[in-house]
Amino acid sequence: MFSILSGIDFSPLWISLRAATLATFVTFFSGLAAASFVSAYRGKFKGVIDGLLTLPLVLPPTVVGFLLLLVLGKNGPLGKLLLAIGTTVIFSWPATVIAASVVAFPLMYRTVRSAFEQIDPTIIYAARTLGVSEWKIFWKITIPLAWPGVAAGTVLAFARALGDFGATLMVGGNIPGETLTIPAAIFFAADGGDMEKALLWVILIFIISLIVMTLMNYWSDYQRKTIVAGGRE
Amino acid sequence: MGLIVDIRKELAGFELKVNFATQGEVLGFLGASGSGKSMTLRCIAGIESPDRGRIVLNGRVLFDSQKGINLPCRRRKVGYVFQNYALFPHLTVEENIGFGIGERKREDRQAIIKEMVTMIKLEGLEKRYPSQLSGGQQQRVALARALAAKPEVLLLDEPFSALDDYLRNHMVKQLTETLAGYSGATLFVSHNIEEVYRVCQSLILLSRGKIEGKGGTEEVFKAPSSLAAAQLTGCKNISPANYISPFKLEALAWGITLKTEIRLSRQVTHVGVRAHLIEAAAGEMKENVFRCRLNFISEGPSRISVYLAVEQDHQGQGSQLLEWEMTPQMWLAMKDQPQPWCLRIAPEDLIIF
Repeated sequence: MFSILSGIDFSPLWISLRAATLATFVTFFSGLAAASFVSAYRGKFKGVIDGLLTLPLVLPPTVVGFLLLLVLGKNGPLGKLLLAIGTTVIFSWPATVIAASVVAFPLMYRTVRSAFEQIDPTIIYAARTLGVSEWKIFWKITIPLAWPGVAAGTVLAFARALGDFGATLMVGGNIPGETLTIPAAIFFAADGGDMEKALLWVILIFIISLIVMTLMNYWSDYQRKTIVAGGRE
Repeated sequence: MGLIVDIRKELAGFELKVNFATQGEVLGFLGASGSGKSMTLRCIAGIESPDRGRIVLNGRVLFDSQKGINLPCRRRKVGYVFQNYALFPHLTVEENIGFGIGERKREDRQAIIKEMVTMIKLEGLEKRYPSQLSGGQQQRVALARALAAKPEVLLLDEPFSALDDYLRNHMVKQLTETLAGYSGATLFVSHNIEEVYRVCQSLILLSRGKIEGKGGTEEVFKAPSSLAAAQLTGCKNISPANYISPFKLEALAWGITLKTEIRLSRQVTHVGVRAHLIEAAAGEMKENVFRCRLNFISEGPSRISVYLAVEQDHQGQGSQLLEWEMTPQMWLAMKDQPQPWCLRIAPEDLIIF
């Protein structure tokens, strides 16, 4: 057993964890911002905006990856900008973070938005009549009341970021030690006939996902009991 | 100074059109649900925007459609107690009350919170969450939370509707005491006639977005000026009326002629009488006395409603039953009297419009 483990390069684990953690961080704030914007927006473009923000969830990951290549590639608008300052992100580790963020974003956005929209609007009105700033209302009232949704969205986003294969491969490639994540390592190990190695990665990602989900469940239960439902019942 | 409101807003099915001014008193809004009462409060608080008009509070313009002014909610200094109280469920009583106090020193904050908790008599419950309080306690916390932010006007939107009857009477008394210590104007919205009468010094009657009467509470109840106003103030007996002479009219629904105290206009359309103001007339046929037969009765715990068919002056019976409300004691004395009964409506008790 040890001999198998010692013969394996563990870099995909760190690359995956780094990409998933940073992507969760990015989607946490961008998802909150997008959710609060869309739930407050009353204009006629609500359907279009919501559709665009949800698109990465329903498109095939390879399509998302292809679009990212168009935007970030040497001839893409952002790619040119990056090239002008002497850098590029395609096929480097930041690409894995970007790809994971984009595919994970809709899960955070949608979960949080529905949690926001379930808050009794009169509670928010009451806070406004008390002369409190929108910023304070958001962090002291909206977020705590939507907490179960925010926590669930974060877990889902992390799991999706950790599991992304298609988009990451398209923009990050499979450079060992640089952009090769666990899902990609599983594919290439299985493709190359190394079923034992593939199984090892499968077991590892299984364990990580289960641990994260379980911890978040307990934590959000605890938060729900102590914060949202109002103390000991 | 005070609150001046003159606004219009298109609502589903009718236009809300209210204008009034008020100072440091309790002004009631009485109307059926959906008559625009709550919408008026929401416009004043800045939760909704009127289509046109002006709202001025103590000289500050909160809303002016011509000048394009529409202050956001948080800058209006308007306290609002919602029908469902809208307490913050994740904050304790003292955190709820302290939420709107603003940037102060810790000791000052604590002092304000303590004063408010004492005012609403919730000492010892500061650390409780709203879900651990009774309905009446929650309502008091909502009131204290609004007052702690030092609003210049206080808006109460059906604050008693979620309470049971026993608690309601108790809370009405407590609210009246609390409001006595508040210097700003208070607007009190309700569809409950009793509450409004007890709490408010002056009153606005609202029906389908239109003001049907305003003035001192007693005057508005004494002389409602339209059919909607008479119904809103709880007048049970209303009949179309025909002018006969300057002090005499015919109540068409009951087929009787009534003498009035006030001089009639030829344009008089209706006459009404409150159900509890009808009185027994010991058998003599004098002015405003008429005969009726019992049709059916409806017994409540403290009041009994007796529905009577009026025998017309000429022949036959009036088309509409007359409702007579009385105490159970009066009913015991009345029920074995031989029919038809002679009843009287005093000329000064007639509602005419």
